[in-house]
Amino acid sequence: MADNTLRFELVAPERLLASEEVDMVVLPGSEGDFGVLPQHAPFLSLLRPGVIGIYRGDKLERRIFVAGGFAEVNGQGCIVLGEAAEPVDELDAEKARQALRNAEEDLADAKEPSESERERLERAIRVAQARLEAAEAA
Amino acid sequence: MASLKELRNRIDSVKQTRKITSAMKLVAASKLKRAQEQAEASRPFADRMSAMLANLAAGVRDLPDAPRLLGGTGSDETHLIVVATADRGLCGGFNSSIVRGVRRRVTALQAEGKQVKLMLVGRKGRDMLRREFGDIIVEYVDGIAGKRRVDFGDAQLIADKILERFDAGEFDVCTLVFNKFKSAITQVLTFKQLIPVEPPVRDEEAAAEGGALYEFEPSEERILDELLPRNLAIQIFGALLENSASEQGARMAAMDSATRNAGDMIHRLTLSYNRQRQAQITKELIEIISGAEAV
Repeated sequence: MADNTLRFELVAPERLLASEEVDMVVLPGSEGDFGVLPQHAPFLSLLRPGVIGIYRGDKLERRIFVAGGFAEVNGQGCIVLGEAAEPVDELDAEKARQALRNAEEDLADAKEPSESERERLERAIRVAQARLEAAEAA
Repeated sequence: MASLKELRNRIDSVKQTRKITSAMKLVAASKLKRAQEQAEASRPFADRMSAMLANLAAGVRDLPDAPRLLGGTGSDETHLIVVATADRGLCGGFNSSIVRGVRRRVTALQAEGKQVKLMLVGRKGRDMLRREFGDIIVEYVDGIAGKRRVDFGDAQLIADKILERFDAGEFDVCTLVFNKFKSAITQVLTFKQLIPVEPPVRDEEAAAEGGALYEFEPSEERILDELLPRNLAIQIFGALLENSASEQGARMAAMDSATRNAGDMIHRLTLSYNRQRQAQITKELIEIISGAEAV
């Protein structure tokens, strides 16, 4: 590995989405966004639904939305196990709004949801909200 | 001996069958390609996840309050066997080899005095196991193997069902049965233990890197709590993909030999048809000649 670039991999359950040398990535950690530069200390974090920013040089090169997942930083680079990853410019604000409405209705319609059921629905809403924010910001 | 007309009909019908089997073979071949690609594409995620899990598990496994998914419930009295089969037949020994393996495993476990429960995925497995083990089947998940491609959501669904039962304390050990894809003609019947998780072995290189020095955010336990159920879904997803590739491979092989057998049969039938036609012509000639002689 080159010392001044970072090996970044984004993997979804279905396929490998990105595997490249970059200068910096900014990840939506569950406790707040964090940036990863080359030579970062080993680190494991949960991700919340949000946007991954990939930087080359000082420029933001690509933005990818993830619905959650895990990030691992180690000596070999930075690996993100992401769920439902989509490039931000392919997000559709209108669709995202619809998805959010659906998710909210699902929760409202659920009669006496069990705890796990409620958790799942609330999670769906959080994902939909984050997707909408990402789509509108783009 | 069959009459000429009967033979002709037989030949026509075998020819039709051959058309169907050879078409099925081609379809299976193209589906196999797609299934194989999908299985390969999903491998990186599973690999990375095992590596991550290995790093995490190494530190936590031996603690007394390790998550139950990892450490187990401390007993192995009740087993849940998740059986993944196809929705369709005509794929050689694909389904029956799974069912046979399950039957053996269930009998062995029951002989040890353990309780066994079955969770079935795929219609064929249900059809074959229902009569014998109807009373221990706790769940049947439908309409997954029949889909065009395996969806991660399906795997998640199965994982959720398993977790729900695990949290309710319905079983201690969970094993997944499926056919692992080796090549288009060989599938390996595989029993994979899902719960408690068999921790993947951390590879030496990563260990030398000082894997224990990771920082965790939010905390090691929280990450594990999220990672373990996710890992379950991934394992199931991988197995379903392997299974669907195996199914298509098995079908392709089965249809290939069926096509060949149909060809052989047509050959034999044509031979006996011609022989009989000749005999008939000879017979008619003899009749004409002896008729002429008699005049």
